[in-house]
Amino acid sequence: MVYRSSRITAMVLKVFFPSCCSSAESGILIGRWISEQNSAVILAVVHFPFIPVQVKQYLSEVQQVTKVSVSVLGSWSNSKQEKEESLSEFLEDLGTIFSHEPWIQISKEGDSKFWSCSTLQKHSNNPKEEEIILVYYDQRKVMLSHLHPPLATAPSTDHKADDASKLSAVFDTVAKSKILFMTDRYHDGPIKLTHWQSDGVEASIIVELMKQASVPACMLLTFLLSLISGICRSRVLKFWPLSFLWSKLSTCEQLGHRLQHLQVISSNKKAQNQTQLMRKANIFVSLLIDVALGILLMSWLYRKNRIGHLADTLIPVADHVAEELQDLLQWLMGAPAGLKMNRALDQVLGRFFLYHIHLWISYIHLMSPFIEMILWYVGLSACLGLTVALCILSDIIALLTFHIYCFYVYGARLYCLKIYGLSSLWRLFRGKKWNVLRQRVDSCSYDLDQLRLLVVIVQGLIHLLVDLIDSLPLYSIILRLCRSYRLAAGVKFRVLEQQDGKPLRLLMQINPLSYGSVIQTYRLPTYSCYPKDSWTSLCKKLFLGELIYPWKHKGEKQD
Amino acid sequence: MQFWSFRKCQLYFDSSSSVFAWLVLQNSMVLSAAIFITLFGLIIYLHFVKVDQESLLVIGSLGIQVTSSYASGRESTTFIEMGQVKDVVINEAIHMQKVIYYLCILLQDPGDPQGVSEVVPLFQSSKPRLDCLIEVYKSCQEILEQRKTAPQSSGIK
Repeated sequence: MVYRSSRITAMVLKVFFPSCCSSAESGILIGRWISEQNSAVILAVVHFPFIPVQVKQYLSEVQQVTKVSVSVLGSWSNSKQEKEESLSEFLEDLGTIFSHEPWIQISKEGDSKFWSCSTLQKHSNNPKEEEIILVYYDQRKVMLSHLHPPLATAPSTDHKADDASKLSAVFDTVAKSKILFMTDRYHDGPIKLTHWQSDGVEASIIVELMKQASVPACMLLTFLLSLISGICRSRVLKFWPLSFLWSKLSTCEQLGHRLQHLQVISSNKKAQNQTQLMRKANIFVSLLIDVALGILLMSWLYRKNRIGHLADTLIPVADHVAEELQDLLQWLMGAPAGLKMNRALDQVLGRFFLYHIHLWISYIHLMSPFIEMILWYVGLSACLGLTVALCILSDIIALLTFHIYCFYVYGARLYCLKIYGLSSLWRLFRGKKWNVLRQRVDSCSYDLDQLRLLVVIVQGLIHLLVDLIDSLPLYSIILRLCRSYRLAAGVKFRVLEQQDGKPLRLLMQINPLSYGSVIQTYRLPTYSCYPKDSWTSLCKKLFLGELIYPWKHKGEKQD
Repeated sequence: MQFWSFRKCQLYFDSSSSVFAWLVLQNSMVLSAAIFITLFGLIIYLHFVKVDQESLLVIGSLGIQVTSSYASGRESTTFIEMGQVKDVVINEAIHMQKVIYYLCILLQDPGDPQGVSEVVPLFQSSKPRLDCLIEVYKSCQEILEQRKTAPQSSGIK
């Protein structure tokens, strides 16, 4: 075990120094002094020659715009040769012009790593020796980064001012002083600054072009969306059968959801804070990738006549299922497993279900020449997104197995009636009466239940996948992968080489947020949580005979 | 600790060699799949589970930093600001038939000045013994006492 300790007594002064200014020429340091934490955040170095009045005027202008109290904090001397006595006296005299308490003096000799720092206190009552800690930070990364508070702490309104994190004050200061970093060394002005952009302001042509093009694009998109939502809300589509159909199909729900997302993106207002900005970016990236995957799927589907193959296999499968169901019903109408049943009720219900199946098969055979064309046109809608394609698949499954759902409904309702009747009888008689009738309805609904459960499971899986794709914040994950300093959970310090007599040197780096917290913070809300809250209630409903509605969504009332 | 891990390695090697012999007789594809899965599992273990080194950095005016470095070189760091730290203590816990000691940081509850909102245990993988912990505890307390005698912010208790 290695164990090192160093004593630091009395008051400690922390100086946050940008690493880009390490090689700057001599000048004075400007930044913000945070007296509650006894720390100085240095933002830039102003070089000679300058006129003090102009410097003060410039700083007051910057203060007005950024609302950050920027002031002259001290002096910085970078001498290539030996220490110049005259320069050091000159720098001390500057302390009297820009009165700041305490006046920080940092000097670097040649290429030495160890700088000497000292403070001048003119008006203090008890001149204590102050220890100085130098913390280096990367100005560009700290400026672009957003510090996330730990998820466990709930934001309480009362103790905010006192417990404001010290580090968030540093991050805030650098982020708000963007305007200070706009002047570079090619700028012809009275003041020459050194900061992270002093070698030339960075800008990208593509970003600028996109910013110019985005305004008319947004307006066009808003106009189109208002048209579409006007059509959707028109009276024509409000008649009862149609509106019932629209609300039950998951495709329509998903399309409405996407429409809402598009409206969020195309709004002209700028995002107010970090959460809104990230949400807009997440929705944009998610839509883009969705459409790209949908087009990929479409191009795969429309090759080699796959749609034709799909249509060809659909009819035989439906026929096969119908035949199996017919066999099952014939078996039940006879003497299933040797049990003696109520013949009359048997025949009635059996014939009723057989007629259903017969109708279903006739409709399928009627539509068989058109199936390929329908599938071809429906497949075109996959270009709206992969989630839309998955929703259409889920709806097709629901429609094809509708007759099974009908049987299930009849069986479940009868079973429910029987259970209700029996429970009242039980209360009356309290005897051990075995009802043959109950047996028949039982076996019927159990076999259908298995098929129904399979369909419900498949639909549930598809809905889960759609929910996952909808709610995943892709832009945040890509940002965490490529530019991890933008999403910060905190900072980490590294102790650099030390020398006796010189101040302690630390390097401050950004600690990025973990992927789990990224997903938890920036999840997009989805419109349904099926079947997360109903796996156990599903089983309970099945056993008691209550009806299971496969299309119930979170926002609708249960009746 | 090292002796027991060597014994475990021997046993594992013996059992795995017999399993491999059986697999070779059956199918070479199954064998290669098993090798691949073992390698993958080993990489996952080294990257996420096996801790090489744990360190604690206490800076009196800034805060406490806890770093764990894993066998694959990955480092995971947490920094706790000094304003949130209430105290650093050695806790006792009764586990099965013995008493174990561990060092932990008590975090201040923002609402209640006497309360503790969270307990952060340190050195979970290296589990040093009581004499090590006492040395670390003493030097932590030296630094923490200084922040009480040097009032830097208003409203400190």
